Amino acid sequence: MYKIASKKVLNPFVTQMEIEAPLVAKKAEPGQFIILRVDSEGERIPLTVAGYDREKGLVKIIFQIVGGTTNKLNQKNVGDYISDFVGPLGKATKVDGLKKVCIIGGGVGCAIALPIAQKLKEMGAEVDSIIGFRNKDLLILEEEFKAASDKLVVTTDDGSYGIKGNVTMPLKEALENGIVYDEVITVGPLIMMKFVVATTKPYNIPTTVSMNPIMIDGTGMCGGCRLTVGGVTKFACVDGPDFDGFLIDFDEAMKRGTTYRDFERHAYENTCNLFKKEAK
Amino acid sequence: MAANMSLKRNEMPTQDAIIRATNFNEVALGYSEETAIDEALRCLNCKNAPCVAGCPVNIHIPEFIAKVKEGDFEGAYQVIYQSSSLPAVCGRVCPQEKQCEERCIRGIKGESVGIGRLERFVADWHNAHCTETLKKPESNGIKVAVIGSGPSGLTCAGELAKKGYEVTVFEALHTAGGVLVYGIPEFRLPKAIVQKEVDALIALGVDLQTNVVIGKTLTIEELFEAGFKAVFVGSGAGLPRFMNIEGESLNGVYSANEFLTRNNLMKAYKEGSDTPIMKAKHTVVVGGGNVAMDAARTAKRLGSEVTIVYRRTEKELPARLEEVHHAKEEGINFAMLTNPVKINGDENGWVSGIVCDRMELSEPDESGRARPVKIPNSEYEIMTDCVIMSIGTSPNPLIKDTTNGLEVNKYGGIIVDEETALTSLKGVYAGGDAVTGAATVISAMGAGKTAAKAIDEYLKNI
Repeated sequence: MYKIASKKVLNPFVTQMEIEAPLVAKKAEPGQFIILRVDSEGERIPLTVAGYDREKGLVKIIFQIVGGTTNKLNQKNVGDYISDFVGPLGKATKVDGLKKVCIIGGGVGCAIALPIAQKLKEMGAEVDSIIGFRNKDLLILEEEFKAASDKLVVTTDDGSYGIKGNVTMPLKEALENGIVYDEVITVGPLIMMKFVVATTKPYNIPTTVSMNPIMIDGTGMCGGCRLTVGGVTKFACVDGPDFDGFLIDFDEAMKRGTTYRDFERHAYENTCNLFKKEAK
Repeated sequence: MAANMSLKRNEMPTQDAIIRATNFNEVALGYSEETAIDEALRCLNCKNAPCVAGCPVNIHIPEFIAKVKEGDFEGAYQVIYQSSSLPAVCGRVCPQEKQCEERCIRGIKGESVGIGRLERFVADWHNAHCTETLKKPESNGIKVAVIGSGPSGLTCAGELAKKGYEVTVFEALHTAGGVLVYGIPEFRLPKAIVQKEVDALIALGVDLQTNVVIGKTLTIEELFEAGFKAVFVGSGAGLPRFMNIEGESLNGVYSANEFLTRNNLMKAYKEGSDTPIMKAKHTVVVGGGNVAMDAARTAKRLGSEVTIVYRRTEKELPARLEEVHHAKEEGINFAMLTNPVKINGDENGWVSGIVCDRMELSEPDESGRARPVKIPNSEYEIMTDCVIMSIGTSPNPLIKDTTNGLEVNKYGGIIVDEETALTSLKGVYAGGDAVTGAATVISAMGAGKTAAKAIDEYLKNI
């Protein structure tokens, strides 16, 4: 059992928790992920590590409430336990030798992008960050990004905060103005990462994307997380989750991501109703 | 009592095929005491006991059967338990017809003695009647780490715990049992039986640590630093293979590992499960091994029509005869001499059909099996909404990649000395699918046992 040491609501749909998992905290690096189960009948879901405190043995996760399991998790409070928490899984984001990097986060993906930005900053790299949200109410981690970046641009789809538009606009502008990055690292919805890659490709700027496909064991056994990368089948859990964005077949990944959409919607509604009953 | 000279063995009672194809309860129901004694009386108690040599862990077969004849079922269990720590499991999933039973003298003229069925009976009898609890042996204070809680790891841990070692088993998943819980379905091996074996290990003092991935959470080097004096690697097979044909990433294409894990480990077949599984109309399973049979029969129980596609003939199917027989009884279609070349999808990215070539058999290939050759212009499409690839696995790279000096063969299997299961690293032993690639439960158990013996000898001498 793994204890919830802290819980913070970042916005109505996104929650941050710190989980007591000393072995995971000792090893975790930006870009890696964990798999958790809320209770003994629960499903296994992968979440990318949003931070860690090696001394206190805590691992930070930030999750969006999208389905039954994340909803159940969100109903847990400080001092409660979740039944399973395993990791760190996957390969860490490669940051060695990078001097000037653009970090692009979208929505809850910012949670994963942040520790990468922090690590780069710590290494002395120049970090420009662009973080995008649908609207002002969904904004998360702005202060943290500010501290980890030399330059931060916030975008919202509806213009309710920061620049109106999506993350590719300021990126495109920077590239057009002749700014050269050693690498662009992007984490967010598949469609956003697809367009980030489309923006960097003409400038041939190496672009790393963090993939978050359907997964069960997270150790290479099930093959559910397979992606086509440069025409070859790769498993996100052991070969990734970071991949060369130029080689990813995004359209295929987007389709695979919808496999259980109806089930998830149904599960979400179910857990919501249960919650309502309990609340009465 | 007089020997039973019937040429036929006692039938195994099973759930009716039509009924069982709609539930996940165990298919085979087991012998009664009377039937077990009657079957035991078919054993001639041969002096040279060829059956024993056919068993990877050399169970004293005639000896345990003699106890069954006398009605001393607990005595029979004790005989088996000397050699095998998982009799209730092996009695169910061992390919006995290719091991002990293949060498049975009664099999020359008639059917061999139902050794596997008797083993299962004895183990189940013990589990139902034995009230004695296992006690932790006196500790010798020496720590040994076992990586993986599948058949090889459980066996190795059990053998060492009995000798007084302080054994810690590290399991990557949230439940112990390895392939016995994620791979083999409930209807063939009830999970309560596996749990009983795991509980027995814990009673022996084994410390079970779930949610620890060796190679990620901890490395083998760190295990030695933490005071473990020897390590057994039983991490199992790993990455599922695909055919590398067009359409394998469509929605509705599973590896058998994923399909079975969702159902067996995550209980996706149960109403209200948190883990989703596709409810297909017509499932095509590609492959002919036991895993393919398990996947097909699971899909059938989820309400799908099922066709197994295999490129050779039924005679070459690597699956156990009994499994093929059960699958057929349950109404699973067998499309033999059929080889997939492409999976078609609809406009939303879901599987709509699988295109196959018809094959014919030609000269034997290097494996000794007849080589399947494509019949020109024989391509046809099977309409399907779900395809399960069950064509084997390749070893998991996690431990190899994080353990300096651990030598592996060109397939990625860990290289060991056959006599001792010792790897290229001092104090590190390995067995099961991590060494051999996908094989049987009993051969993995045999390797766990071999390693335990070698570890004991190694640690006694340092």
